Amino acid sequence: MNKIFEKGGKLYFLHSTVDAFETFLKVPGTVSLKGAHVRDSIDLKRIMIIAVISVIPAALFGMWNVGYQHALAVQGAGAPLDILGNFWFGFLKVLPLYVIAYGVGLLIEFASAQIRGEEVNEGYLMSGMLIPLIVPVDVPLWMLAVAVAFAVLFGKEVFGGTGMNIWNPALLTRAFLFFSYPDHMSGSGSWIALRKGETLLDGATGATPLSFIGDGMDALTGAGAQYGTSFWDFFVGTVPGSVGETSVVAILLGAILLLWTGVASWKIMVSTVAGALLVGWLGNVCGATDVPAYTQLVLGGFAFGAVFMATDPVTSAQTECGKWIYGFLIGAICILVRLFNPGYAEGMMLAILLGNTFAPLIDWVVVNRHTARKAKKIRTA
Amino acid sequence: MSNNIDLKKGLDIPIKGSAKPVVSKTIVPDTVAIVPADFKGFTPRLLVKEGDRVLAGSPVLADKKHPEILITAPVSGTVKEIVRGDKRKLLEVRIGTDSVQEYMDFGCKRPESLSADEVRTALLQSGLWAAIIQRPYGILADPALKPKAIFISAFSTAPLAADTEFVLGDEFAAVQAGVNALTKLTDGGVHVSLKSDNYASTPFHKLENAILHTFSGKHPAGNVGVQISHIAPIQKDETVWTVSLLMTAAIGKLFLKGKYDLRRKVAVCGPMALEPSYAQTVPGVGMKEFQAWYGASADGIRFISGDVLSGRNVGEDGRLGFFDNQVTLVKEGTDTELFGWARPFRFNQFSSTRSYFSWLLPRKKYDMDTNLHGGPRAFVMSDNYYSKVIPMDIYPLYLIKACIAGDIDKMEQFGIYEVLPEDLALCEYVDPSKNYIQDIVQKGIDLMIQEMA
Repeated sequence: MNKIFEKGGKLYFLHSTVDAFETFLKVPGTVSLKGAHVRDSIDLKRIMIIAVISVIPAALFGMWNVGYQHALAVQGAGAPLDILGNFWFGFLKVLPLYVIAYGVGLLIEFASAQIRGEEVNEGYLMSGMLIPLIVPVDVPLWMLAVAVAFAVLFGKEVFGGTGMNIWNPALLTRAFLFFSYPDHMSGSGSWIALRKGETLLDGATGATPLSFIGDGMDALTGAGAQYGTSFWDFFVGTVPGSVGETSVVAILLGAILLLWTGVASWKIMVSTVAGALLVGWLGNVCGATDVPAYTQLVLGGFAFGAVFMATDPVTSAQTECGKWIYGFLIGAICILVRLFNPGYAEGMMLAILLGNTFAPLIDWVVVNRHTARKAKKIRTA
Repeated sequence: MSNNIDLKKGLDIPIKGSAKPVVSKTIVPDTVAIVPADFKGFTPRLLVKEGDRVLAGSPVLADKKHPEILITAPVSGTVKEIVRGDKRKLLEVRIGTDSVQEYMDFGCKRPESLSADEVRTALLQSGLWAAIIQRPYGILADPALKPKAIFISAFSTAPLAADTEFVLGDEFAAVQAGVNALTKLTDGGVHVSLKSDNYASTPFHKLENAILHTFSGKHPAGNVGVQISHIAPIQKDETVWTVSLLMTAAIGKLFLKGKYDLRRKVAVCGPMALEPSYAQTVPGVGMKEFQAWYGASADGIRFISGDVLSGRNVGEDGRLGFFDNQVTLVKEGTDTELFGWARPFRFNQFSSTRSYFSWLLPRKKYDMDTNLHGGPRAFVMSDNYYSKVIPMDIYPLYLIKACIAGDIDKMEQFGIYEVLPEDLALCEYVDPSKNYIQDIVQKGIDLMIQEMA
């Protein structure tokens, strides 16, 4: 690194930034000073790049789907798949979201790292990848910028940066948008991107299928005047929704990569699904809803949340037993919200944030039980 | 043999350069050094001055707190130089060696027929008391205490560790005498842990007067701390002692031959060792004496006394540690690598995770260097990421964080009494956040010693 970026140099205020780009380009020649002389070749950059790659299928599908939903809404149910055209339309719509999410977030991240005198942490690369995928495509950019700034500053940096935060920053962004600008986050206004002057076709709806879930299976299957509403439509993801959340297929591709490399916990994913299935099934049994439990899994942000958000290693439960409880709670609360709050059916965001909040408590109980059990075992031994 | 303890967790690091079981050189150094830093919890008081004659076994240093604990000269010769550092801290006592070695005569004894006090006195006088390590905290043993039990690990799983059977196989009688002596110091017996793979072929399964255990599994199954936690975990207010097999043999030789004899076979290994093999030498020998193994230039080589996980970086001018029978030579990893972390294939890099493709080549040995492969970060991965390499009933990440916070209660709760830094060395190896975990744990232990004193 050039001397002017070192402490005392003229451009020291850029130290963290320069360091970040330098180590981004090449693995530095830093050696271990003490302790284990050789180290595993994995680092946080590698973990983050794997996490980012795992989101790419969902992001690409999401971009195409933005275009496809637009086509359906203005041309009617017979609109062609037109892979390239629709992708290009969606790409141009989603690109500004990425520019804002990464621009605002990284700016704050770099500045905070410099203030703390640390290296820039890679954590935001993943948050920035997720944020555009969990917001409606038509969210005003200034709102997104405000929300990102809030989430990164108050959700992460005030706690000390990546590794210290309590809540998932990407979800905090969405929560901020949801509570501050509810008009843009629910209903039928912002899920389908339209060009200036375009209007929805007569009879077409801008609402997501999930918003009909409170009225039962008939309402759900009749939801989309222009889009398909079978299980497979939901599974493949050709329905309106937040940009990246609709396609369970694309999300599963990411899940395979995350689980194979061990970056995300399979226990959390499995227990989240189990919690959702159980509550969904109870809902069927009690007659709270006639939507089958398995359909719940492919609707809305459930799959996306279970794979990419709930498994965030920083904000999830730390202990293995805690992970089962944590995931189960998230799945269960998500479906509970869907069953009993028809006004706002997307329960996944709040379920995960609630899970994040309770994760330290869950761990505390697990760890204390372990210590007590161990003490007892030794006493009797 | 019936109840083998099989440890599922752990990691064998596939590093190149394991030593061939031949002694290719006997090193008789011009000077050896006593390094007080080898002994944790030892505050040295100098008993000799420059120019004094010493025999192998003559006292050189005494502990300030326990003046009866002596460190003695490993060779006979003349005290050549006393090296001090900042604030006159004693760093080394260098002894110029005689061409013909003379030993102090401590008298041949049969340890079976001695009393506990006689064994203790013999060990204290000869300087072999320092070979006993006390847990918790891994410090010099307190002669006034009677430990709950004494533990010996009769195998090592550390990367490239010296082969126990090759190094000590022909010293069975000495090991047996050492075990006999140690049993006098405790009522809980001497526990010896063996590897189940070679249980039948190792001579040490014939040891008498010892409680034998067998272990199987990857590193750190051979760490005595891990073994203790499976045999009888250390509680608050309990004390156990551990002695390495190498030192048990030295204790045995003290009684059998009446000599303080620390000569040992040392594995000179590692990716930078030219012909990894063994040397016959004494502790305190300088690293430059191993030149036959590293060739013309020492530039860019890290000299480690011990193994790559928890050995000490002693440098070219450093010395072989009192407890070590391994010298590992590793390349300093100061090279930069363009887009290293982002390249999908890095076949020359090993990772214990599947984030690289080293899992495709399970038999490959790697030319590892000291590069950190990343920058220091806050802990991001959860406890399981670390506990999967630690076969102990603890939450390593919680313990590490308690050490960072300096929270005595939490450290106690999460098992600080059971561990030494070496037991968590693998956590440090796998940590993607590149923290100095062994250092953190050592600082936690130091704090415990300070607060509990």
